[in-house]
Amino acid sequence: MQQEVILAMLAKEPSHGYELRARLRQALGPLGDAMNDGQVYVTLARLEKAGLATSEQSAGRPDRPDRKVYALTAAGQQRVAGWLAEVGWPRPDLAEFHLKLIAAAAAGLGDPLAIVDTQRRELLRRLRDAQRAALGEPDGSQAGLLIEGIVLRLQADLRWLEACERTWTPHHRKDHG
Amino acid sequence: MNDVGVPVLRACGLCKLYGKGEGLVRAVDEVDLDVASGETVAVMGPSGCGKSTLLHLLGGLDRPSGGELWLGGERIDQLGERALARLRRDSIGFIFQAFHLMDELTAAENVELPALLAGRSARSARRRASELLERVGLADRAGHLPSALSGGQRQRVAIARALVSNPQLVLADEPTGNLDSQATMEVLRLFEDLHSSGQALVIVTHDSRIAATADRLITMRDGAFVDETRLTGGSTGTLGALAGLNGLTE
Repeated sequence: MQQEVILAMLAKEPSHGYELRARLRQALGPLGDAMNDGQVYVTLARLEKAGLATSEQSAGRPDRPDRKVYALTAAGQQRVAGWLAEVGWPRPDLAEFHLKLIAAAAAGLGDPLAIVDTQRRELLRRLRDAQRAALGEPDGSQAGLLIEGIVLRLQADLRWLEACERTWTPHHRKDHG
Repeated sequence: MNDVGVPVLRACGLCKLYGKGEGLVRAVDEVDLDVASGETVAVMGPSGCGKSTLLHLLGGLDRPSGGELWLGGERIDQLGERALARLRRDSIGFIFQAFHLMDELTAAENVELPALLAGRSARSARRRASELLERVGLADRAGHLPSALSGGQRQRVAIARALVSNPQLVLADEPTGNLDSQATMEVLRLFEDLHSSGQALVIVTHDSRIAATADRLITMRDGAFVDETRLTGGSTGTLGALAGLNGLTE
């Protein structure tokens, strides 16, 4: 998704790299802290090379070293339209954990419930971090919505772990042969 | 205030048994727990694991079958009914899933009530109630009846009421069980605030969001503690990865 994200931001209006960076920061809030700012420029250069964007020197401001204004080409417009229409969604990788529990129980190598507990601890730590970040966001912040998505996914995973716990609790295990 | 190192709450070998012989149920089975001032402990576990029974024992709402219970350095499991009632009123705040507000009293009156019962003057109770309603962000709703408040607002009134006697210990049973996501956030914010004001807080919950705000998380199964963990560490760098930001920064 990486290149298209930057490309699509140019669809609003031709922009300087630092303007895109500021918009990304606003959209991502604290999650953007780990982002490498230089990446925006690297991506813009790649997009230009691929013919998806063009750049023009602008008068700019003397305190800004980057005076290039980037704009979409026709091919870039098309790519953005295609990207917006694309149905991509990350798939959660649950099968590995599921098979881990089965393998541990079958081989007597570990207690599935202990594995569930360890996993739960890790997810709760992540949830705690996400909530701290959410509490730090003002109402209606763009980044707040993203963090809410993280919180909801973690909650879904934690609910699944509850189901794992129920199934692997000894008195149920007999029923499952 | 307690001396450093003396836990606000201490349970040793706490038990609650029902029935006998073949039908004996160990609802709470030899539980040991220390909670320090300013500490938040969450107890999670499947339905029927004994967590609500445990909370009732900790709050003196129910009597243990065995073990010891200490509050602020005083042993309380053997107190008489009257002394126990006084202790509940003065030293413990309760927060319930269903709020348990008095429908015919305003928000402010609900908050004042325990202070009045504890023998405070009407004036001092009113002052304390208005301080607390301010703290939970409901100063402008003081004169409303519970029926005119949203679920989240009712629970915030109930939290203010739990704090009116400035209890050493606050016990919460599924405090967000009836709340939507926005109202849950409001309660989370308040609990974070309690945390910094030095109250010991024990929360029994199914809600992973509220459990994640605790300092310590205890997992309960079949009446016993089976896992205990401190929730620390991590950074928003990891959060970025959870939101799929890696692709952006590569």
